[in-house]
Amino acid sequence: MKITLNINNRDYETEVKPGEYLTDTLRRLHQVSVRRGCDTSSCGVCTVLIEGKPVPSCAFLSYRAEGKRITTVEGIPDEASELSRYFGGEGADQCGFCNPGIALSVYALKQAQGPYTEANIRHVLTGHLCRCSGYHAQVEAVKRYLEANHE
Amino acid sequence: MKIKSVYKPASLEDAYQELLKSSKHVLMAGGAWLRLSNRTVEKAIDLGCLDLAFINDTAEAVEIGSMTTLKAVEDSEIVSGLYDGILPAALSQIVGIGLRNVVTIGGNVVARHGFSDIITPLLAMNAQLKFYDKGLLSLHEYLETRGKTTDILEKIIIAKVPSRGYFKKVRKTALDFAVINVAVTKTEAGFNISVGSRPSVGMLCETAMALLNKASNIDENLVDKAARCAADSLKFSDNHRGSGDYRRTLTEVYVKRGLLQLLDLEEKA
Ligand SMILES: Cc1cc2nc3c(=O)[nH]c(=O)nc-3n(C[C@H](O)[C@H](O)[C@H](O)COP(=O)(O)OP(=O)(O)OC[C@H]3O[C@@H](n4cnc5c(N)ncnc54)[C@H](O)[C@@H]3O)c2cc1C
Ligand code: FES
Ligand code: FES
Repeated sequence: MKITLNINNRDYETEVKPGEYLTDTLRRLHQVSVRRGCDTSSCGVCTVLIEGKPVPSCAFLSYRAEGKRITTVEGIPDEASELSRYFGGEGADQCGFCNPGIALSVYALKQAQGPYTEANIRHVLTGHLCRCSGYHAQVEAVKRYLEANHE
Repeated sequence: MKIKSVYKPASLEDAYQELLKSSKHVLMAGGAWLRLSNRTVEKAIDLGCLDLAFINDTAEAVEIGSMTTLKAVEDSEIVSGLYDGILPAALSQIVGIGLRNVVTIGGNVVARHGFSDIITPLLAMNAQLKFYDKGLLSLHEYLETRGKTTDILEKIIIAKVPSRGYFKKVRKTALDFAVINVAVTKTEAGFNISVGSRPSVGMLCETAMALLNKASNIDENLVDKAARCAADSLKFSDNHRGSGDYRRTLTEVYVKRGLLQLLDLEEKA
């Protein structure tokens, strides 16, 4: 199937198989911030935004993304680098493999304007596995980032 | 899963006729669960084209289209107004927001997975299912049918009645399937109690419900008896998440808590 995907405001024409999922297509198009982890929609590292909503790209059929806005972490460079300062400050990341997915979910939370309670931050981060951090530092980093950056 | 081709039906009739043509033609909702299977699908019939994603609030009932994502149901104020919001509460505990933005309520209900956290509350809410060919069936009746479902679930219907509800999912980690899930509801018609992930699929505890619903006065002794009856009358078995005995013990505890909560009775320490 020949489709056009809009990734970070740029159109890409590409050929996809009927049963192809978006992680494969995006990585083939060199969007390598979209990582492959479990490939069974359980870990969140492959998260992208479709029309502003976080989805695991490994569970999203590529042809269904045609005509929709796809955002990867490269599409939100300023927000991602600001969030990473808070992650660094709290010791919330080590290998960084999980960060792009988390940054996109936090960005979606910010776009939806919260609520920025700790309970909601934990709710939003559930579904993003991190092998390194132990989660508490991530929650603190996101809390501080949102306190400092929301309008 | 290997999909050889995708079919975009023009209508429910078109989708249904395609489904009947071959056992290798499969209805596709969110596509997240299908993806995990090893099967080869000749034709995936995309239900995404058929306007089945909706939540309608009518005078008598709330109707949830089968293609509605779990996240849309979770965020719906209309659905939150039913049975103290036990359905959104149950959905919000399934994996993460990302997955819930993809998977559909119809895909969950039709599949009759033992671990379903959706079937258990829907059973206690007396949900009705509207299939394209078979028409209206109660969820309870649907769960009693055996074999493959060669039909299209259009919507789930929940009657609007004054109601209270309680839901509990016990799991080992935040993202895991339930060891057990329990729903208790109360309407003017009486109590409903359902228990799922036993590890088989949700089921109403009819003997415990009859015990409560026949009584003229419900006190803590009767609650204890009903909770024990629920645990004793359902079948539980072992899997790697927990033993049947552990599940039976949890069921008694949470059915009791649910009943006490809905009766506004405090549990003794
Ligand atoms: C990693 C992971 C973890 C999960 N954890 C849980 C959990 O803890 N608790 C829980 O309750 N659920 C859980 N689920 C299941 C999830 O909630 C959905 O039930 C599941 O993904 C199916 O939804 P889908 O939209 O992806 O359906 P699909 O994968 O598209 O379809 C599933 C099946 O249903 C059929 N089907 C779909 N829609 C219809 C319809 N309208 N009419 C007739 N047949 C139809 C399809 O043909 C297919 O056989 C999990 C799923 C995943 C992937
Ligand atoms: S790789 Fe998609 S959720 Fe893990
Ligand atoms: S920092 Fe290594 S997986 Fe999260």
